[in-house]
Amino acid sequence: MALGARLEKTTKAPGLTLAGEHLTLDLCGGLWLAAHGTLIVSDLHLEKGSAFAARSGQFLPPYDTRETLACLHEVVARLDPARVVALGDSFHDARGPDRMEPGDRAMVAALQEGRDWVWIAGNHDHAVTEGVGGRYAEILTLGGLTLRHEPTPDAVDGEVSGHLHPCGKVAMRGRAVRRRCFVTDGRRLIMPAFGAYAGGLNVRNPVFEPLFPAGFTAHLLGDGRVFAIGKSMLAKD
Amino acid sequence: MRAGRSALLVAPTGAGKTLAGFLPSLTALAERPPAKKSRGLHTLYISPLKALAVDIARNLEAPIAEMGLSISVETRTGDTPSHKRTRQVERPPDILLTTPEQLALLIAHREASELFSNLSCVVLDELHALVTSKRGDLLSLALARVHRLSPGLTAIGLSATVREPDDLRRYLVPQRHASADERGSPTLSLQEREHGGADEAGVPEPPMADLVVVRGGAAPDLHMLDTGLTLPLAGHTAWQAMPAIYDLIGRHRTVLVFVNTRLQAEYTFQELWRINEESYPIALHHGSLDATQRRRVEAAMAAGQLRAIVCTATLDLGIDWGDVDLVVNIGAPKGASRIMQRIGRANHRMDEPSKAYLVPANRFEILECQAALDAVEAAAQDTPDARLGAPDVLAQHILGMACADAFDPLRLYDEIVSAAPYATLSWEDFEAVVDYVATGGYALRAYERFAKILRGPDGLWRVRDARTAQQYRMNVGTIVESAKVKVRLARANRARPGAVLPRGGRVLGEIEEDFADTLTPGDTFLFAGEVLRFEGLTEDEALATRAGPGTDPAIPSYAGAKFPISTFLAARVRAMIADPFEWDRLPKQVSDYLVQQRTRSVLPGPTGLLVETFPRSGRYYLTAFPFEGRLAHQTLGMLLTRRLERARMRPLGFAANDYGIAIWMTRDLSARIATGSDFLEALFAEDMLGDDLEAWLDESAMMKRTFRQCAVIAGLIERRYPGQAKTGRQVTMSTDLVYDVLRKHQPDHLLLRAARQDAATGLLDVKRLGVMLRRIQGRIVHKALDRVSPLSVSVMLEIGREKVYGEGADEILAEAEAQLLEEALG
Repeated sequence: MALGARLEKTTKAPGLTLAGEHLTLDLCGGLWLAAHGTLIVSDLHLEKGSAFAARSGQFLPPYDTRETLACLHEVVARLDPARVVALGDSFHDARGPDRMEPGDRAMVAALQEGRDWVWIAGNHDHAVTEGVGGRYAEILTLGGLTLRHEPTPDAVDGEVSGHLHPCGKVAMRGRAVRRRCFVTDGRRLIMPAFGAYAGGLNVRNPVFEPLFPAGFTAHLLGDGRVFAIGKSMLAKD
Repeated sequence: MRAGRSALLVAPTGAGKTLAGFLPSLTALAERPPAKKSRGLHTLYISPLKALAVDIARNLEAPIAEMGLSISVETRTGDTPSHKRTRQVERPPDILLTTPEQLALLIAHREASELFSNLSCVVLDELHALVTSKRGDLLSLALARVHRLSPGLTAIGLSATVREPDDLRRYLVPQRHASADERGSPTLSLQEREHGGADEAGVPEPPMADLVVVRGGAAPDLHMLDTGLTLPLAGHTAWQAMPAIYDLIGRHRTVLVFVNTRLQAEYTFQELWRINEESYPIALHHGSLDATQRRRVEAAMAAGQLRAIVCTATLDLGIDWGDVDLVVNIGAPKGASRIMQRIGRANHRMDEPSKAYLVPANRFEILECQAALDAVEAAAQDTPDARLGAPDVLAQHILGMACADAFDPLRLYDEIVSAAPYATLSWEDFEAVVDYVATGGYALRAYERFAKILRGPDGLWRVRDARTAQQYRMNVGTIVESAKVKVRLARANRARPGAVLPRGGRVLGEIEEDFADTLTPGDTFLFAGEVLRFEGLTEDEALATRAGPGTDPAIPSYAGAKFPISTFLAARVRAMIADPFEWDRLPKQVSDYLVQQRTRSVLPGPTGLLVETFPRSGRYYLTAFPFEGRLAHQTLGMLLTRRLERARMRPLGFAANDYGIAIWMTRDLSARIATGSDFLEALFAEDMLGDDLEAWLDESAMMKRTFRQCAVIAGLIERRYPGQAKTGRQVTMSTDLVYDVLRKHQPDHLLLRAARQDAATGLLDVKRLGVMLRRIQGRIVHKALDRVSPLSVSVMLEIGREKVYGEGADEILAEAEAQLLEEALG
């Protein structure tokens, strides 16, 4: 099979241009804006496990927060960004920060050390406005980009958002692969969820249609690199 | 049994053992003086099927009415209305017929001790079938509680013939802990156990119920169907045999045609109808069909309206649905006991022989059928070993016991180890399960303040609140249905050719979500007796249209029960191949085939492992013949692929069947083996069950499915019910995420241990693989060949029939990405 060769040939740093800004799609699910020294991550959903325990008595393993922070630590250590933007729904609910383990809290503080840290407000954590360091904002503008949690219907070019937890599915020869992904049409970009317990919504869900009336390309997070997959190759759930 | 001693009644099907089980109760109830008010539950009957409980109730009511006895008989199943259930607890009948799940709910009831205080007899039907699963674990724990609530209880087990009846005899009566003292009470308290005591007295025999064996009546009239045609080397459809089977249907009243998978059921049904010139009423019955359709088939069968029913294991268990005078088993028998129980479905009368035909679909299956005929002749049994009680089931039970009443952990522990599957449970493991039930059992003590059960100052554990008790009741049971989607027949949209109208057609049944996920619109597959074209998925349904006539189904398989060949039968097949003196008994097409194999390569021996390597069409193949069943072989294939990849042999995929595996790669394996003599020994070394297995378990879809089942049973994830907002798809997704996080941060967590215990004997069959790897140490026979050998052809033919494993996610994604590039380049 010539797959191996094809794989090697197409391996390159996946990047794209949005509103004149060059973006690098990181395999961890973060977005790297080298020109601005800024790393963007979306939908961390910290303390989602403990939210389940508090609300419905389901004791999911309480390690999701440290797992998410460990992934974040890996990418921050690698890129050493001057600024980190958490694009909303950083906590699963408003009480999330209260339930955080001291060790995890210290981890957040260590990550924030020496860099600008921006918490964008999301629908889950709108009420969180203090106590976990950094600064708070509804929207952030960075060069030609507008960073906000929820995608807007009639966005200006260069909107970067999260909220929808996009996932893409490829079904082929009796096998299906479902992965988190970035979605873009060259005008806007929706980021994958970063949190360990954040589920995913298939990009073929009708919700995405009005946001990308002219179609889109999904960039799926594979095991070894990011793969650009056309809409026609993506299966519905 | 009259003397009030517990007993196991082993009898072949048709011996009337179920009614025999009730005789002591009926006698006792008939002899007691009349009473005005309810005297409490006297006899409890447990069946694996609710239909069977209903059926037995009918069969009991008739003689009771005829004899004019005032004995009340009632059933209690998931279908029983709630007001009746409430009344059954307040004013119980004399005899209650129910299922293991309903019994679990009853003993978790606040009134349980009152309800069971006068119980004198419990009858466990089809015990051989129950004890092989987690339902058997659940039932054993309930039985331990019932024994404690009514100490004089007689337990009667009804079973088909099994290999180790002593396992079932132990199951029926309270066990003493391994270190228990002969002089002491049946169970010792923990303090006594800690102070040792019994060791010098030697290990006492564990207590057992009496054994009553009813010898089989007439020997079965069993044959292998010989069509005179040469069978292929692989394949399971048995298409050559269809005219002969049809002919048998014409000459009998009612024929049960058993097959091993739903796919085979679909195929056989379709083929029989294709040649059904007489328009015999032939029906189809398998687990994926719509329930109302199945009930219709069962009713028609009971009414004697059907000439044949093509069915899977769903009709294995014993309801007398009709006058079956012939059983036909298509394909490999898989196990000796299994085939005997199926044969027993024909002719439910002791004095007449059951008549049955085994129909091999390929040449290997001729060997397997011959081995099964020999085993039936010798009345040899190969039922599985007794189970080790599953920790996830124990977790469910402990929460239930807290719902019933406050519990003392020492006393509950003593009760639990009196159940045979849990007899070896250590106190530490018990504590770990209690800790799991209370707060999830995490090293990170995050959930103390949300605990589900709480220990009071009096040392007793109590359930937190009514909501937790309600959650327990909603999640009881050990059967975890895999997430399914309905298959609905869609109508073609006339306005837009190629498009379909989403609603309107009828529901044909359900398919596993895992299978639906792999379909792309346009794929054709066999379902409900026809070839369907997959059109797409809506939120909860798969839409399909009828494919044009003559369309071949393109997607080869969808998940269904697929039992691996039993170790016992495999050993017989292997011995037959290794011993040319045995070949006289085999049809010429098989002995010729074996002679060719001996000439071109060598025959696999009775114990070692034959490995062949050869080139073919630019690729290099390895085939091996462990004869350990497809599940163990799939696990082996996964692990060997990993090792070959590390050895830079560039493996591309593998295929497996019940007898062997084939792996193909781009590098010359024969040459590699020639350079280092120990390469092959190292490749098959037992240590693959160490790090390689662990690494693979990280990503194994089957392991994730196993974990999900444990998580549901243990109450980590709630069961879904129709109408609930959370759909199955989301649950499946989140359990995978939970699995990943838990494996990374607490790999020794109770639920991961439970999943590993299941993997040992379940979908991954790791235990069997381990035994095989130990056996073949130093006994690998390698043949480097110029071309494929006759034996290897059989497993090579599986390629393309079955899913090809070992293809990484990134390869799939890369191929999809390449399509985008092609579009872009125009």
